[in-house]
Amino acid sequence: MKRFSLFGLLGLVIRRDLLLAMRRRADVLTTLIFFVMVVSLFPLGVGPEPEMLRRMASGVLWVAALLASMLSLPRMFSADYLDGTLEQMMLAPQSLTAMVLGKIVAHWMLSGLPLVLIAPVLGLQFDMSAQALWILVLALLLGTPVLSMIGAIGAALTLGLRGGGVLVSLLVLPLCIPVLIFGAGAVEAVNSGMDAVSNLSLLGAFLLFALVFTPFVAAQALRISME
Amino acid sequence: MVINWFKYSAPTTFYGLAGRLIPYFAWPAAILFCIGLYIGFFVAPTDAVQSEAYRIMFIHVPASILSMFIYLIMAGYAALGLIFKTRLSAMMASALAPTGALFAFISLWTGALWGKPMWGAWWVWDARLTSELILLFLYLGYIALQASIDDPRRADRASALLALVGSVNVPIIYYSVQWWNTLHQGSTIKFSGTSMHIAMQQSMFTILVACWLYTIAVALARVRSIILEREANTQWVNDLPEVKGVRS
Repeated sequence: MKRFSLFGLLGLVIRRDLLLAMRRRADVLTTLIFFVMVVSLFPLGVGPEPEMLRRMASGVLWVAALLASMLSLPRMFSADYLDGTLEQMMLAPQSLTAMVLGKIVAHWMLSGLPLVLIAPVLGLQFDMSAQALWILVLALLLGTPVLSMIGAIGAALTLGLRGGGVLVSLLVLPLCIPVLIFGAGAVEAVNSGMDAVSNLSLLGAFLLFALVFTPFVAAQALRISME
Repeated sequence: MVINWFKYSAPTTFYGLAGRLIPYFAWPAAILFCIGLYIGFFVAPTDAVQSEAYRIMFIHVPASILSMFIYLIMAGYAALGLIFKTRLSAMMASALAPTGALFAFISLWTGALWGKPMWGAWWVWDARLTSELILLFLYLGYIALQASIDDPRRADRASALLALVGSVNVPIIYYSVQWWNTLHQGSTIKFSGTSMHIAMQQSMFTILVACWLYTIAVALARVRSIILEREANTQWVNDLPEVKGVRS
């Protein structure tokens, strides 16, 4: 059997997952609509004063992004688990860690990237300044992959369990708190006239740290769940 | 002489050992609690700054220390269980989790009771309060994961992995919360570096040791129940006098 190189394998898994998602576009759109809806609910709940909205914007967008990414997590492995693909992946003489990384990247492209792209539009609703919008996009770009990566561990651990959807949020949300803090903190820093570099650097550090460890841990979690 | 290091890692042998050990931890725990509370309430003087309310600290501080310490021990057992595939380690980890969650809850509860007279608010988004709350969430996630998996082997290993991931994350969470706190608000009321009265130290230390012994006793008792539950269909469990008495 042919042994793929790391990037060949990654490309294959990503292309396959994207193709599957394109055949069922509704799933991708649901996450995005959920994100837009949650963000739009906040001004209705707290009132339309621009001053307050501007201060809340980064936090609201980040919490909504966190919730939206939780929403799509159970789908990361469940379809492959139900139709037996996952079992074949584990039997295949390829690195499971690399395949999991591929699935994480695909998941991020389907659930994280659309949020990053729509976020500036929502930020305008909250009267954010142009500079703050840039930092917001940059922070989301660094932070949302980490959410997908940590989420992958939770999704793998809760594979095929009753009530897996709520459970995965319960497991993953506390672990995502640092990303939320520094993601929202980056925009906050710009608003208060400070430099956002330290926040963004820390987000970048989280991203690299997660990139090294989480695919491996998620692969181990899959092995435990599939035993 | 060859020592069998793994002798007591088998549930069969550990069940009896745990049963024999429990009184040696439970009784000292009860006695030390009484001594510590007595010193705390009757011997320790009234604090100059905080008057009587400071006495909450005699429960609060040991509970906070143990809630964090138990998570580390739990993660240690989880790692042992994953590495050596010893079932007992995983059982110990799951036996410790409820006690850890209990202490985290007590710590938050007493903290709120202390905060009302001192800070004028039940809850302040202080770095330590927030990270204690997150710690409670981590415990609850661990317990929830374990409870929702029916196969005990998978439950053990999955929750062990979660505990390990959590323990890597705990320092990161702690420092980010601290940083977030300094970013958002000025420092809340801090203790000036007054030296503690010797009786206060004695009381707190005694209760800390008592809580520790209590944790060991309770974990051993709980692990015995877990062993009985898991091994209910084996011959040795059915031969136990306490089981025979119930079943016949």
